Amino acid sequence: MFKSQAPPEYRATIDTDKCIRCKRCIQNCGWSVYDWGGDRVQIETSKCVRCLRCYHYCPTEAIEILKEETRFKENGYWSYNHIRNIKRQAETGGIPLTGMGCDREGTILFDHLMLDACQVTNPSIDPLREPMELKTFLGKKPSKLEFTKGKDGKRKLATKMPPNLELAAPIIFSPMSYGSISLNAQKVLARTAKECGILMNTGEGGLHEDLKPYTSNIIVQVASGRFGVNPEYLNAGVAVEIKIGQGAKPGIGGHLPGEKIPLEVAKARMIPVGTDALSPAPQHDIYSIEDLRQLIYAIKETTNYKPVSVKIATVHNVAAIASGIVRAGADIVYLDGFRGGTGAAPGIIRDHLGIPIEHALAAVDDRLRQEGIRNEASIVAAGGIRSAADAAKAIALGADCVAIGTAALMTMGCTLCGKCYTGNCSWGITTQRPELTVRLDPEVYAVRLSNLIRAWVHELMEVLGALGVNAIESLRGSRERLRGVGLDAQTLDMLGVKPAGR
Amino acid sequence: MDHNFQKDIAGCGLTGLISKKRERVSGSIIAKSLTLMNDRGNGLGAGYAAYGIYPDFADFYAFHIMYDVQSARFSVEEYIKEHFHVEKVEEIPTTPVKEIAINPLLVRYFISPSKGSITGDGNGEDFVVNAIMKINSEIDGAYVFSSGKNMGAFKGVGNPSVIAEFFRLDEYEGHIWTGHTRFPTNTPGWWGGAHPFTLLDWSIVHNGEISSYGINKRYLEMFGYKLALLTDTEVVAYLFDLLIRRHGLDVATACTILAAPFWKDIEDLDADEKEAITALRQTYSSALLNGPFSLLFGHQNGLVGINDRIKLRPLVAATKDDMVYMASEESAIRAICPAPDTVWAPRAGEPVIVELEN
Repeated sequence: MFKSQAPPEYRATIDTDKCIRCKRCIQNCGWSVYDWGGDRVQIETSKCVRCLRCYHYCPTEAIEILKEETRFKENGYWSYNHIRNIKRQAETGGIPLTGMGCDREGTILFDHLMLDACQVTNPSIDPLREPMELKTFLGKKPSKLEFTKGKDGKRKLATKMPPNLELAAPIIFSPMSYGSISLNAQKVLARTAKECGILMNTGEGGLHEDLKPYTSNIIVQVASGRFGVNPEYLNAGVAVEIKIGQGAKPGIGGHLPGEKIPLEVAKARMIPVGTDALSPAPQHDIYSIEDLRQLIYAIKETTNYKPVSVKIATVHNVAAIASGIVRAGADIVYLDGFRGGTGAAPGIIRDHLGIPIEHALAAVDDRLRQEGIRNEASIVAAGGIRSAADAAKAIALGADCVAIGTAALMTMGCTLCGKCYTGNCSWGITTQRPELTVRLDPEVYAVRLSNLIRAWVHELMEVLGALGVNAIESLRGSRERLRGVGLDAQTLDMLGVKPAGR
Repeated sequence: MDHNFQKDIAGCGLTGLISKKRERVSGSIIAKSLTLMNDRGNGLGAGYAAYGIYPDFADFYAFHIMYDVQSARFSVEEYIKEHFHVEKVEEIPTTPVKEIAINPLLVRYFISPSKGSITGDGNGEDFVVNAIMKINSEIDGAYVFSSGKNMGAFKGVGNPSVIAEFFRLDEYEGHIWTGHTRFPTNTPGWWGGAHPFTLLDWSIVHNGEISSYGINKRYLEMFGYKLALLTDTEVVAYLFDLLIRRHGLDVATACTILAAPFWKDIEDLDADEKEAITALRQTYSSALLNGPFSLLFGHQNGLVGINDRIKLRPLVAATKDDMVYMASEESAIRAICPAPDTVWAPRAGEPVIVELEN
């Protein structure tokens, strides 16, 4: 067999002294790295993606997954990945695929922003003793309210409030379709959303029967492939999202191969079993902002005016685009930064197109304020939110809430191996192979994901307490509570943040 | 957008009184109350606001303007003459005191917008507000520190007794008075930085720090307010102006927005109130004043005292006949009203709203 010049990335090893020949590694590996050789486990290390499933399930800790030491000669300009991709492209003539978000190093603005805290002149607040409010509403707000006075002298609201989505905390799950992830993974998201008073999003994969008990915590998505879309679907959730783009792959569509379309996926997507599910690059009825407006209002008419979210990838001109989206009638603008995850994207697109969420968020929030329309829509910030600290900083920059995808999958076992597009996920997340998906018990993993949300909620409360405020809205857009460390003047100006020390 | 604003941090003491029957009270009374709380300030700022002091010019906006340089006065007066009818101009009467070595030029103008100048809301208030914003943000060395009708603010760098003596406060009589002594921790030592802060008839004296200043400021900027005064108290004055004058909300509703009830308490309200306050919190979330504060809000028809949502700064209230007193400390009330009928500490976030009788 032709030996690839792209060497293996990892070296799977088994200590034969420790190994008790239980064969659990063979069962657990979705990549067929291990095989039974009669008296010991054989290893085909080139298939290993270092997802660590085998490592976690080895009862004797006999397995170690090492970085392959045999590497190309180190070069400060030609990175390992540059050389490796050329070798692979020379062999296949194809586009190297990637999964999850951009993993390149580079300035991460979140890490250069520091939050404030109270000392002396204003007291910090102990969230364990005092109320600390994270309740968040997504949707259009009036710019002002009117009241009438009843005969008893009491005020009564006269303004009709636009519909809003109520969240117990400013965190939602980003859209991940059934097909790109397993039904069990979606069930984990749905159960957790219900448990924690937040929302999950179907992504463009239709709504499986089993998710119907959770629809009061579900946003349904409409994207370019229109999979699974009919009036019943549009009305099933609490809101509808129109997906224009995704941070990991702005400007391109999606391709779920026929192998990942078994009967259940086919039913949810309303397509034949085994056919490729192709999401075109643009939505072919949206070639302009006025087309978007028509779709927004078509959906509003169909759903008796539920909130409509529009999700875009953050590209260079994001502020003007977002302004247009708000003026087109969207109730929520979902900004997906270039670090955002994906089930599958060409590496070149994932790693080189779009801009970080921090810049985009600051620009959009500024623009909507300058135009006096910030109240017309909520902003969801997504694309690389790694922690409650990132969430707090995003909210301080101007987001109403953040959306997390990758972080949620990590609670289900994901280790960011980045091979989601192969459909072999050993953790049962990004696969439709029944022997793999069965591993992901929704009940068990919903507890872990709920724990994560609860932990972040506690962390956000601690941050608010240290800031001396007791409601999330007092942090939202309050860039005065941020300082930049090691950022240039232009970036600080763009972010609307002062340098530390000032 | 200029993001490079500085927030000024200050601790303080405040006091206020109102005669519901509009009996006019000498400024020496409020000065006595405030002077008792000398140790709540550090001599870097004190001030007073009074309502009912200019009955002879009650129909005119009384602009109190401080000038750091003479040239600013020329620019401002040129601007005022172009856009306003000027009924009277005079330097604000002062007495030299040894503690004040240098003071800005202090001039007051009784003016009304000239016909034809008025655009906007028709009654001229937007026009006047815009003029104030313009002078304060565009003319260097000039600062309008009072602009209401039949009311005025007097403030500067000094202790309460010094500022009262300097401005000859005992020569004024008003039916509402507020006073404030200041403990700035990073003051630019500027006369304009003292309280009260005023806009038209609104005046604010404030003890505390607005920890939500950043978002309150950006919210106000959406409505065209220019925050020029280097202090977080300014946002309070402008928020009252926005909510009451421009959005037409009543004082109680404005207070509900600024010190909003907690969600857990909103749950227990009747359906109408629950709906009203939920909508208020959704719509005016960026106007929530968060952080420790007690403040007195004076306006043409009354006086309001309010604390932050968890009462992180002191506020005591008392009544005696038709008089209502509010202050940081009970002692400041008893200094001028030794035997009040009632004395109480208002609960967190619950405003004390006192209105003048007709």
